[in-house]
Amino acid sequence: MLKETLDNDFILSNEEKTEILNKKNDYEDARASSIEALKIVQKKRGWISKKAIYEIAKILDISASDLEEIATFYSQIFRRPVGRNIIRYCDSVVCYMYDCEKIRHFLENHLNIIIGETTKDLRFTLLPICCLGNCDKAPTIMINDTIFSRVTLKSIVKLLELHK
Amino acid sequence: MKKILRTSETHPLTWWLNENEDVVWIQEYKKNGGYCAFEKAIKTIKSEEIINTIKNSGLKGRGGAGFSTGIKWSLVFKNSSSSVRYLLCNADEMEPGTYKDKFLIEKIPHQLIEGMLISALALKVRRSYIFLRGEYIESENILKKAIFEANEYGYLGSNVLKSGLSFEIFLHSGAGRYICGEETALINSLEGKRANPRFKPPFPAMAGLWGKPTCINNVETLSNIPSIISNGSEWYKNLSKSTDSGTKMMGFSGKVKNPGLWELPFGITAREILEDYAGGMKNGLKLKAWQPGGASTDFLTPEHIDLPMSFSSISNAGSRLGTAIAMVVDHTVNMVSLVRNIEEFFSRESCGWCTPCRDGLPWIVSILRSLEKHQGQNNDIKILEQLCHHLGPGKTFCAHAPGAISPLKSAIKHFRSEFESGLSRSSIISVKSIEGIQSNME
Ligand code: SF4
Ligand code: FES
Repeated sequence: MLKETLDNDFILSNEEKTEILNKKNDYEDARASSIEALKIVQKKRGWISKKAIYEIAKILDISASDLEEIATFYSQIFRRPVGRNIIRYCDSVVCYMYDCEKIRHFLENHLNIIIGETTKDLRFTLLPICCLGNCDKAPTIMINDTIFSRVTLKSIVKLLELHK
Repeated sequence: MKKILRTSETHPLTWWLNENEDVVWIQEYKKNGGYCAFEKAIKTIKSEEIINTIKNSGLKGRGGAGFSTGIKWSLVFKNSSSSVRYLLCNADEMEPGTYKDKFLIEKIPHQLIEGMLISALALKVRRSYIFLRGEYIESENILKKAIFEANEYGYLGSNVLKSGLSFEIFLHSGAGRYICGEETALINSLEGKRANPRFKPPFPAMAGLWGKPTCINNVETLSNIPSIISNGSEWYKNLSKSTDSGTKMMGFSGKVKNPGLWELPFGITAREILEDYAGGMKNGLKLKAWQPGGASTDFLTPEHIDLPMSFSSISNAGSRLGTAIAMVVDHTVNMVSLVRNIEEFFSRESCGWCTPCRDGLPWIVSILRSLEKHQGQNNDIKILEQLCHHLGPGKTFCAHAPGAISPLKSAIKHFRSEFESGLSRSSIISVKSIEGIQSNME
């Protein structure tokens, strides 16, 4: 559906460059700012393309393959285009006892995708996540940057409506 | 349910909380005596004295392993190989079932900052990092603001309280991997590498972040420091009802009436927490099993519920205190399927460095999946037990694998019949028992 070629004309904006260079100062070694740099770029673009890897590596003065290694290791860095809203449902042990598997099935049916996929209209991407430290208010889902507690199938439908 | 009366004499961590449990910002924190411990330390106490006070207080790391904080500090202090040294606050909380560090950061961020300042003073550290879990967005915003406030009030920066000393705290947020919570993996991750654990020795106290002496402490551990400095080590020891000093954030989640988190003295029994604070099991549900401190701790049974919550008593019962944030399993839950969920987590989060962990955990998951569907092969339980052996302590590079098999091993021990009932009838009849590990994936 979405091709990597979409991003062939990638260039880092000045804003992104400055933000990355600022972050570099927090560390003794530029490599340490790789994760932050990836996050800075991902914040605006949604994901990290191959071209983005090369551009970020250049500004950090590290090899692209080193950066690639980081980008593929951490679960919050996306290497494929994602939807406008990222839904993560907690599938760890406490939420499990509060029927998170039902939540997952519901989301999959409702959005007509399976875990890891993005809806055709690019509105949602569905991902699992481990314990969000919200177990006393299980079950938990996170949409973009916000954690929602004690969700029910009904409240999830409402939440989805709020995210266009 | 018991209501806790929090006072500074009895609740070193949480007495700061206001009625609504809103964030305690710097003005309120200072109004109640916040940063006094640091001011006392910077004016009068010497490094050695601070370290001795912490050592004598008996404070143990609150991240799960429970190593003496004072001893850890003195190892870093004694290492004179470099004048540059680092303090890292481990705020990468991701143990399933655990929600204490987030609470402390989001409610009383300055207590953590003050704890870090005192540690940095004792260890002669000028730069420190808080390694915060990436998904904790709320915590990140609160910490950013608190660090900004501490800067404004002159507690951070190049000339702290005009003493000539300089301290900086940098906030580093992760990008999602459970293994980053392991000390040496955390260092690798902070340096911008894959979060594979490092070979020890050298320990971080000798060669840690960028090869420099490094001290890594958990959020809850550091949050205890200010009150120990204010009130002394004897006071701290006496807070406890057991041989472990002080108080601990403890809690219960799962199907209890009032899941939550409370600051309680070590030595309080699990039953007291469950019944008096968590309100007991939800109506109609019976306690079947519980984990004392996170997904990597062994299951205990109702028979153990009167045990005091302390490092030694829980370990004598065959489990670990871990994070002391406990979880109950009720009688309606099938243990095979619960353990399958836990093992899926560990398998997903293996860093992949060593074969037993990388390949063994998915194997365990696949066996548990077939047992869950009552399609297990005759030898499956035996294979699981052998895998537990091959992933046990000392067999892999870090504690991820032993932590992963703890719930499995204990579940087989206490609830073997549930595993047995996952074997398919036809397999019991048709497959002859064959010794040794073999694939169940035909
Ligand atoms: S035990 Fe697992 S997590 Fe630890 S180093 Fe080996 S593969 Fe990585
Ligand atoms: S298990 Fe889901 S938030 Fe902790």
